[in-house]
Amino acid sequence: MIPGTAWLVLFFLAPLAIIWAISFGENTSLVKTEITGTLDNYWRALSDVVYLKIIWKSLWISLLSTALCLAIAYPISFLISFAKDKWKPLLLMIVILPFWINLLIRTYALIAVFRTRGFANFGLEWIYNTLQLDHLFGAFEPLPLLYNNFAVIAGLVYVFMPFMVLPLYASIERLDKSYLEASLDLGASQSRTFWSVTVPLTMPGIVSGLILVFIPMLGSFLTPDLLGGTNAQMIGNVIERQFKAANDWPFGAALSFLLMYVTFGALAIRSVLSGRKSGMEV
Amino acid sequence: MLEMFKRAPQGPLDYSRRLWLRLFAAAIFVLLYLPIFTLVIFSFNDSKRNVVWRGFTTKYYEKAWNNDSLIEAFVNSITIAVASTIVSTILGAMIAILLWRFRFPFKAAYEGFMALPIVIPEICMGVAMLAFFSRVTGYPTGWMWPFNLSAITAAHIAFTFPFVAIVIRARMAGFNRELEEASKDLGANEWQTFWNVIFPYMRPGVVAGALLAFTLSLDDFVITFFTSGPDTLTFPVKVYSMVRFSVTPEVNAASTILVIITVVLTLIAMRLQAPDKTEVA
Repeated sequence: MIPGTAWLVLFFLAPLAIIWAISFGENTSLVKTEITGTLDNYWRALSDVVYLKIIWKSLWISLLSTALCLAIAYPISFLISFAKDKWKPLLLMIVILPFWINLLIRTYALIAVFRTRGFANFGLEWIYNTLQLDHLFGAFEPLPLLYNNFAVIAGLVYVFMPFMVLPLYASIERLDKSYLEASLDLGASQSRTFWSVTVPLTMPGIVSGLILVFIPMLGSFLTPDLLGGTNAQMIGNVIERQFKAANDWPFGAALSFLLMYVTFGALAIRSVLSGRKSGMEV
Repeated sequence: MLEMFKRAPQGPLDYSRRLWLRLFAAAIFVLLYLPIFTLVIFSFNDSKRNVVWRGFTTKYYEKAWNNDSLIEAFVNSITIAVASTIVSTILGAMIAILLWRFRFPFKAAYEGFMALPIVIPEICMGVAMLAFFSRVTGYPTGWMWPFNLSAITAAHIAFTFPFVAIVIRARMAGFNRELEEASKDLGANEWQTFWNVIFPYMRPGVVAGALLAFTLSLDDFVITFFTSGPDTLTFPVKVYSMVRFSVTPEVNAASTILVIITVVLTLIAMRLQAPDKTEVA
């Protein structure tokens, strides 16, 4: 108990406390920040329309991407869990392997897919020309798939989907399949069984998956940075700019803590919804 | 999976044999792998622009191999990942057992505290580490290798070991406590019960947790991006600066090497986890 706790206090709690303190400070010179107890940094983040828009955008992009991840990961986890035992390790490996591959590399790989002369556009052009649509509507115009919200959402789903499969698979695997048999035997339809038995019993896995995926998405920096371009920036990019290029640590610290408060708010809503305590038993 | 077409009628619970579910999964699998495959294939492309195929070459691998700072970053990444995995697996297992086995005052609050590094956004932790190591504590930066990596390693341990604890804790939730009671009834002491009854059950969780810690560390860009200095670049941070500079096949070549290493390591780890399942390979 002591080693783990001490580690967290020293290398996690103390750094966060420093950032929290800095968020109430102001820059006095290029490298000095004085903590003056001012609330200006928070006020600036919450009154400036530019930053409000970015916060709002980060929220809806993350929510949408999380929902898409669940919609994709649940059927896949379900399929794996009901597959024959000898196929399970292979299927699980296929879906989890990309998660082991570096986040940056996977994001970089998407650039080649989405750019104007990328594989997605080449594929669409091929379909377009095969269907002879170029005779009807003129030559194929490449779609702008990169450097917009679409690219960020697609990138987030692509990057985080395997992460959702892990908790979902674990909880579906733990589900006692005889409950499903009982439900079907007692006359419930497949969809009724799914919504009234399977989903409630696997809710811990669903909630855990949603949380595991939503929070890194909300604070994501790399995906919007590489795929979003200048017009699809999220809160993480603004924070990074304050700490690197703009060198306005107090404002960046305030934004970080606002992001943390939103995270805590999401956690509180979740614990009310699922009626369980926060903590490790997510 | 050829036998999927030639068997008895589906039972109501044979979800894995539903055609629509299979087609859906197959489509998702293809979408998951296509970008990575094209990345690998284009690392052999003899074209600077890297848009269309111009013939096979391995010259970008030679270029990556002769890129000293890239190799250095790679060695740094592996060193950090190994060190932080060892520490975080031990810390995580201890915390998991503590939370599973014992009751103590403010346990819920303690659990919440342990889950914090998982819960808070990476970027917040990244900037916190930047403030902590660079300006506030005056953490020494001029140490010789590998000790100059200690700041990054400490940060990596802090965010990986709670993940390890969660994985092991989740595994232990399914443990049948009666087995432990039976063991004690039959005369085993605490220590024997732990190593002969509890630990064998826990082991898949420990292996899974260690693997998760290793990947999280190797994969991490954001926290390291803020913690690393000019002579403590890690592989992802180096590749990031290359991507920002220009998209060339050299980036593809460097990425391919890392992809191959992680894939091979994963396969080995999965074999270790399930030694009787030979079809994994």
